Amino acid sequence: MSTPTASDATATAHEWPLWEVFVRSKAGLDHKHCGSLHAADPRMAIQLARDVYTRRQEGTSVWVVRSDQIVASDPGEKSMYFDPAQDKVYRHPTFYVLPESVDHM
Amino acid sequence: MQAISIHISQDPAVQYLLRIGDTCLILAQRLSEWCGHGPVLEEDIALSNMALDLVGQARAVLTRAGQIEGCGHDEDQLAFLRDERDYVNVTLVELPRGDFAFTVVRNAMVATLLKLLWERLATSSDKELAAIAGKALKEARYHQQHAADWVVRLGDGTAESRRRTEAALKTLWRYTPELFVADAVDEAAHATGLGPRWADLQEAWTGEMAQILAAASLATPNESAFRSTGKQGVHSEHMGYILTEMQYLQRSFPGGVW
Repeated sequence: MSTPTASDATATAHEWPLWEVFVRSKAGLDHKHCGSLHAADPRMAIQLARDVYTRRQEGTSVWVVRSDQIVASDPGEKSMYFDPAQDKVYRHPTFYVLPESVDHM
Repeated sequence: MQAISIHISQDPAVQYLLRIGDTCLILAQRLSEWCGHGPVLEEDIALSNMALDLVGQARAVLTRAGQIEGCGHDEDQLAFLRDERDYVNVTLVELPRGDFAFTVVRNAMVATLLKLLWERLATSSDKELAAIAGKALKEARYHQQHAADWVVRLGDGTAESRRRTEAALKTLWRYTPELFVADAVDEAAHATGLGPRWADLQEAWTGEMAQILAAASLATPNESAFRSTGKQGVHSEHMGYILTEMQYLQRSFPGGVW
């Protein structure tokens, strides 16, 4: 593996930013993350999202978000964040009998 | 079946439709040459999508032209079995694809023309054509927006992108007067309500192109004295080559389907 050089860093700096793409498949449903793409500006990102991710009628609406604007949890803190929920079955609403009128809740 | 060339009726309604169908068909072929060669993957897909939209439009219009002609020619025969002189696309679309700047400037010009044309054809006296236009208009509006945004980015971009965009514009602009030359085919379409005289679209086309170029800080070139004649079936030296490539399969394996 070669060591990154100064010119590599420059090349990366000149790349178009990365955008995350969210597509809503039909009215009433939520936007779902479906992938990412490179684009120079928001307009281009929306157009390319349309061209790359909705070619087969997958969507009725698209969102794009600059990937560097997304704040994510730290993978290293996965156990601290998420494991404590493992033995708390009482947090699942499975101990209640729902009235029939809300059966599909 | 023999791969002999078919010959086409000179009926003005048929010729009017062939001009539209052939313009879509030949530009689709040029755009498809970008497949796998786009500047970035996403744009590669976008260009291929546009090529496919144009193929769809060409198929619909050529099918309708064959029906009106009434000689039993279907879309495939019309697309692949005519001789060069029987194609009546505007010369602009047969020019080699050039660099990316050339491609997006041409796309902006043709999409603007087709958008204006489909808008008018949506009320054609021919119900079939009106239905085709209704669908195609949505596609053309997107093609125009996508191409125009690129013209602005490149024209108002780096020194290199601006140089290339200006060069493309200068070359392509020489082929624009042909779009609006009035003749008997257009006159007949106007008289029967089939579609507008293309000359009647010139003012709107010039206005929309001026807006795009102004946004890109590019000057609209002066009108050239040169007149290309693709709509009359007299093409540039590039036409034979593109047809050779397009027609190869049907000429080698007549009637081949898969």
